[in-house]
Amino acid sequence: MADANGERTADDPGSSTTKGSPGEQLDLPKEPLQPGAPAPDFSLPETPDQRVTLSELRGPVVLIFYPADWSPVCGDELSMFQAASKLFAKQGGQLLGISVDGPWSHIAFRESRKLTFPLLADFEPKGQVSRAYGVYRSEEGSSARATFVLDRDHMIAWSYRSPIGIVPGVDGPLRALEALS
Amino acid sequence: MIGGEAHLAIPVGGDDHVQGPDDAAVTLVEYGDYECPYCGQAFPIVQELQRVFTSTLRLVFRNLPLSNVHPHAEGAAEAAEAVALQGHFWPMHDLLFQHQRDLRAESLLQYAEQAGADAHQVAEVLARRGTRDRVENDLEGALRSGANGTPTFFVNGYRYDQSWDFATFREFIQAELDRT
Repeated sequence: MADANGERTADDPGSSTTKGSPGEQLDLPKEPLQPGAPAPDFSLPETPDQRVTLSELRGPVVLIFYPADWSPVCGDELSMFQAASKLFAKQGGQLLGISVDGPWSHIAFRESRKLTFPLLADFEPKGQVSRAYGVYRSEEGSSARATFVLDRDHMIAWSYRSPIGIVPGVDGPLRALEALS
Repeated sequence: MIGGEAHLAIPVGGDDHVQGPDDAAVTLVEYGDYECPYCGQAFPIVQELQRVFTSTLRLVFRNLPLSNVHPHAEGAAEAAEAVALQGHFWPMHDLLFQHQRDLRAESLLQYAEQAGADAHQVAEVLARRGTRDRVENDLEGALRSGANGTPTFFVNGYRYDQSWDFATFREFIQAELDRT
């Protein structure tokens, strides 16, 4: 599970390679948004008839971008957040999972893993929110594995993009959230 | 915070379940879930490592029950801790991994007895959830240490992110021994 792709992390911006694929908007970030940046607002379906709008949420938010429902690795990551949900709730942090899967997939996946936090569908237009946060992988057509902690004013307080193949723990976002209070 | 930099938030101490010499050069901490099939696969591998590194490896087991995917994991963890109160943790730990597919409450009491504990006392502890705090503290320690699934291993305090197949794991521990 070595970092064979030379993926960089949010902590190490390095040199940004701008890949211009046809139709790609050039003003979108190529790297995960960094602490201090305002979190782009969004409104995404949680179910076919229910949406979650960031600006309507009060308090700190933890955005968990992940590549896909059903892959065992993502399952593990989200299970860790589920196991930690009480600790996040203690800090008033709302957990939100985001991937490009559609709402029906999310509903089935959430039921099978007994996840109590919402999974949002960045499905149409595909990956729009992931792109706005700088964590879309155009070649794969999915979100990167990345986590953002937003403070109560929805400014980004912490962000991290994991190397492909390494599942992050929840220690980073938990510490970042606790540092807010 | 990348992979191998995650490290144990709670150092190994007197409350831990430990096998192997106190002065071992390598301490392996496993955060595990008795109902997790991967932990079940890891069980004989860890035992084999203990055989190979008899005098140089110390094993510590802590609880990381992922209740959302393993409905019996928490009960099994609490039962193991209840049996530990009578001093029989390791035989119970082994029995649970050998019977991962049957972790119903009544079976847990049978294993407790087989492990050498007084099953009535265990039942009494479980009825008042007497070991729940212990299990929850382990879980919180795992989360704060950057555990990223079950099992998560820490070698001398650092998260082990490579494959835990026997050959890879043995090689890693050998390298750690050569280094220290």
